[in-house]
Amino acid sequence: MSEPLLSIENLSVRFFTYQGVVRALEGVSLHVEPGEVLGLVGETGCGKSVLARCVLRLVQDPPGRITGGRILFKGEDLLKASRKRLRQVRGNDISMIFQEPMTSLDPVFTVGNQMAEVVRLHQRVDRRTAAKICAGMLEQVRMPDPFAVLRKYPHELSGGMRQRVMIAMELSCNPALLVADEPTTALDVTVQAQVLAILDELTRKRGASVLFITHDLGVVAQLCNRATVMYAGRIVETAPVERLFDSPAHPYTKGLLEAVPTLEEDREELAAIPGMVPGLVEPPGGCRFHPRCGRVMPACSRRVPELFRVRPDHFVACHLYGAEA
Amino acid sequence: MSPVVEVRNVVKHFPVSRGFRGRGRKVLRAVDGVSFGVEKGETLGLVGESGCGKSTVGNLILGLLKPDGGRVLYRGEDLRALRGEERKRMRRNIQVVFQDPQSSLDPRMPIKKTVGYPLEVNGLAKGARAAERVEAMLEETGLRPEHMHRYPHELSGGQRQRIGIARALVVDPEFVVLDEPTSALDVSVQAQILNLLKNLQKRHGFSFLFVSHDLAVVRHASHRVAVMYLGRIVETASREDLFRNPLHPYTRALLAAVPRPGPKKPLGILGGDVPSPVNIPPGCRFHPRCPEAVEACSREEPAEVELGSGHGVSCRLYAPLQRRDMP
Repeated sequence: MSEPLLSIENLSVRFFTYQGVVRALEGVSLHVEPGEVLGLVGETGCGKSVLARCVLRLVQDPPGRITGGRILFKGEDLLKASRKRLRQVRGNDISMIFQEPMTSLDPVFTVGNQMAEVVRLHQRVDRRTAAKICAGMLEQVRMPDPFAVLRKYPHELSGGMRQRVMIAMELSCNPALLVADEPTTALDVTVQAQVLAILDELTRKRGASVLFITHDLGVVAQLCNRATVMYAGRIVETAPVERLFDSPAHPYTKGLLEAVPTLEEDREELAAIPGMVPGLVEPPGGCRFHPRCGRVMPACSRRVPELFRVRPDHFVACHLYGAEA
Repeated sequence: MSPVVEVRNVVKHFPVSRGFRGRGRKVLRAVDGVSFGVEKGETLGLVGESGCGKSTVGNLILGLLKPDGGRVLYRGEDLRALRGEERKRMRRNIQVVFQDPQSSLDPRMPIKKTVGYPLEVNGLAKGARAAERVEAMLEETGLRPEHMHRYPHELSGGQRQRIGIARALVVDPEFVVLDEPTSALDVSVQAQILNLLKNLQKRHGFSFLFVSHDLAVVRHASHRVAVMYLGRIVETASREDLFRNPLHPYTRALLAAVPRPGPKKPLGILGGDVPSPVNIPPGCRFHPRCPEAVEACSREEPAEVELGSGHGVSCRLYAPLQRRDMP
């Protein structure tokens, strides 16, 4: 296997709040290969967005603090990088798309204004060339009449068009890694399908890698090569998507897949996971899923399960698997 | 059997710009002639993308909005024709559960009061009897008696939605509008709520209008499904029929666009955006995006074609079938 593009090792993040210390991430490790789309799935509050923000060092300090671990991008530890170096990395090498395009675009500037700013910050070109580059980018995300769109304000565009503007902007500097945090969650299904197709095509063409964060298992199955499942601040399973959907190993992954209603099968009752996602101020000891798990054993509440390799590319953190199982 | 709630050709237009001396007047046609009925113990799923008017239909049934045309009938009676006590008694039978349990519960009211309030307002029970009823209702929705004294902020999203359901059902209504009841919830909790709603319906025979944008959720929760596009219902069928044999090009496109958890399959791409309901295209509303559109589609609005076993579709493609079926 080639050198990973991004490698996160043993990352821990805590938020120091009045309610106590929130252990948002604990010992999280993952890597993204060049040209790969890695899906990061989990429910609200599992830490997937915090992880995404850590990659670009966007976690606000205080209250958040990265308390341990390394984030290696092309071998360079971003946690040790200077502010100046980070500014170079952001946008040029790694860029990010957020969930709500309306809040990531500035309402008082035109689309062209904002896009050209990005282009001119990273490339030395005059205004007119920048406008041409921007129009070209909009064309690539299949925006009809790109020059007219450049003169519009964000509120004049639909949700799908705004998200396409964001994608065009993020890809304008040819980043090697794109971090996408729920980019289609706010969109309708038909528009989501358009945006996913554009993302897929563009990343394929440019060979860029994507860290795709979502709670939608369907999107993961259709877009990603590999997927990592998170629960309550820890990684519970990582596998190629075909494998993950065919033979999930972790009880949480299994539960999640069975809890989703589908368009194909008729089930009178959905297999719901009992209970709810735990708070991260005082998370359950041992395996954090054990209070909700149907296959809980005495060891589960005592020891934290390590990630265990059940196959060369399939890792699970569960006491059902591993040396003593 | 007569339906519990029937909607006949209802219309709701919102003025968005009054214009100057009648010129430049703009109207948003949110609901533009919608008809359906919901039987006792049945769930009708109403699906569509944002802005198609599905929530407005729910609000019209609830009486939160006044229709500009058409009628909403409860057990054959027009609620708007009733006045005073009589109207209040009838309205008790139609309740609602909203999408966001956070903003639809009063943060300053303990759960006991929130759930007991409808009993008090309708003069059904007070004091100890109301408390008893609230406790029983909480138990039915999967909460514990100690939750009575909690406030909404002390509960999780799933628990809050259970409170929303308890509040709607405590007065024993016949019909409940569920407006995206699980959209704000995580999948593991969503499954709990969907199961709860089904069980409650089985036990008490409630009729539901299940409004949602999620096709898989609607498929799971409904007996019959109506698909809306720009203020009109384009297709209605039993759940089995609609998902196995979708007829309207819009229904097909919608189903093809859903990414499914399973083997990789290219998503069906429907071009363009939903047009603004201020500027509804002439003829068939879907024709500018429809892969099957012919010239006539931009001129005439298609009438609903009934294809037997309650499968109705509003599309020119199926118009000849209707004629052949006729004796």
